[in-house]
Amino acid sequence: MASQAVIAQAPVKKKTTQIGDIVARWTVLVFAASLLAITGLLVYELWIGSAAARSALGFGFLTSSEWNPVTDKFGALPFIYGTVVTSFLALLISVPLGVGAAMFLSELAPAGISNALTFVIELLAAIPSVIYGLLAIFTVVPLMRTTVEPFLKHTLGLLPYIGALFRGPAYGVGYLTAGMVLAIMTIPFVISVSRESLLAVPREQREAALALGATRWETTWQVVMPWAKLGIFGSVFLGLARALGETMAVTMVIGNDPSIHASLLAPGYSIAAVIANEFSEAGGAIYPAALIELGLVLFFLTIVINAAARIMIMATTSKGSKRV
Amino acid sequence: MSKRLVWRKIVNGVMLTLTGVATFATVSVLFVILGCLIYQGGKSLSWNFFTKLPVPTGQEGGGMANAIVGSLQIVGLAALIGIPIGFLAGVYLAEFEDKKFGSLVRYVADLLNGVPSIIVGILAFTLVVVPMHGNSGLAGSIALAVMLIPIVTRQTEQFLREVPLALREAALALGASKWKMIATVAVPAGSKGILTGMILGVARISGESAPLLFTAAINQYWGGLTEPTASLPVMIYKYATSPFDDWHSQAWAAGLVLIGMVLTANILARLVLAKGVSVPRG
Repeated sequence: MASQAVIAQAPVKKKTTQIGDIVARWTVLVFAASLLAITGLLVYELWIGSAAARSALGFGFLTSSEWNPVTDKFGALPFIYGTVVTSFLALLISVPLGVGAAMFLSELAPAGISNALTFVIELLAAIPSVIYGLLAIFTVVPLMRTTVEPFLKHTLGLLPYIGALFRGPAYGVGYLTAGMVLAIMTIPFVISVSRESLLAVPREQREAALALGATRWETTWQVVMPWAKLGIFGSVFLGLARALGETMAVTMVIGNDPSIHASLLAPGYSIAAVIANEFSEAGGAIYPAALIELGLVLFFLTIVINAAARIMIMATTSKGSKRV
Repeated sequence: MSKRLVWRKIVNGVMLTLTGVATFATVSVLFVILGCLIYQGGKSLSWNFFTKLPVPTGQEGGGMANAIVGSLQIVGLAALIGIPIGFLAGVYLAEFEDKKFGSLVRYVADLLNGVPSIIVGILAFTLVVVPMHGNSGLAGSIALAVMLIPIVTRQTEQFLREVPLALREAALALGASKWKMIATVAVPAGSKGILTGMILGVARISGESAPLLFTAAINQYWGGLTEPTASLPVMIYKYATSPFDDWHSQAWAAGLVLIGMVLTANILARLVLAKGVSVPRG
């Protein structure tokens, strides 16, 4: 009896396993597709939400530098300028520090120490942005106002040409402070991706250079770095994308002044910061739409830079692993 | 030694020292941050902070009990929404992938991961706050879930892919169907890494304030799913940017509590659950 039952059930059982696989496949497929739906919805909402501003302001929105919601004047330039300047300042500080530290971690430090320090650096990347902002308001800003900015004014500020960047009253808040805080926040990303690119460089490359009599530094700089170049550029772009979209810490220290200043010591504004500050209070039809259009600009900026970063990182790490 | 060799050795020494200095400077930032928070936050942290509601400025005492509970509510619901979606999408990418659609989903997950958090706030605002005619904890949870999904997806995919092929083939050779193999062999084998990824993801969203500013917003009293709800990150922002000294010390205390939660989750996830597995972030 028992064996008969088994024989009779065998084809049926096969069918159910197939059905099980098909159901499982479609279930996970639906959830995977939901990521596309969310992203599509994001683009759609940004596009629809900004329609009123796009039709009322046209391209003038991107080139005008006047921002006055009371008179319905909306120009995006001060925010784009502030976002780009602070991000650029951040990279200026974080790239040399970050790449240097990545070299130390991958080329010099023993594996144990390198892993322990990398762990600490990953913790640094996990600190919430608002905590950086909190520390920046109460420690960095007073330090900038009383010490760093007066010092810069009396040294670099006296030089021709670049002196214009370091003039005006020392508020403590402004482009320079925001750039410095962003630098601290982007360093962990630059380090961890650069370190991985450097580690992907084949051992033979280093050994060959050392065997020819190159010093450690010459090996690192002239052999390892060119090999990992693309991945390091990728890490820089990844840091840049983070810096462009960073909201809380910047909002707390940039000074929130919607105009363009030549001096880096002056207060400014960034795209993310103006959305954070004004979106919930924005009334009327065009005002919220203009803020959403700023969001759209920021969205496209970050996806272009992120895509570039990922292509470069992938190219480097796959190049290294193929040759090994 | 020739002059040139001496010069090369000097350059070598100086540059290598500089890389060490760069590392030391970066690492010391973490300890400066922790030191500041423990010193400043410790001064103003008291039992009241965990048990009392905020009081208007000028009054003594008061705490952020509502924000602590609010954070747990918002993040908890976001995890309930985001983890299953992200996990199943990750299973798709690792196990059922069709070439073209799979790489599209992977690309979109990375794209979504890189979207500035303030823009996710705009999305949740138009999707939830506008139809509901007001700020709500639910809107905040949805914003955070949108940030959590791509993180969990990519982590799940990565750790499922690390499960050895031989293990899968053994299960399939024994006659298990594909979904049974995934559910009983592949997922349990990769579970440590997947769980680590989930904890790191939840830790990351629990520190976010930008997407909550105009979704969950802020509340001086207890919040809820359909009411504005205070959360620790948003309270830190509001209190730190206020002009009142007693609010500043509350902000420091909240900062200490928040960083304690986030770093504990990170350290636990990295040390205990995934010993030796490094988790790349994206």
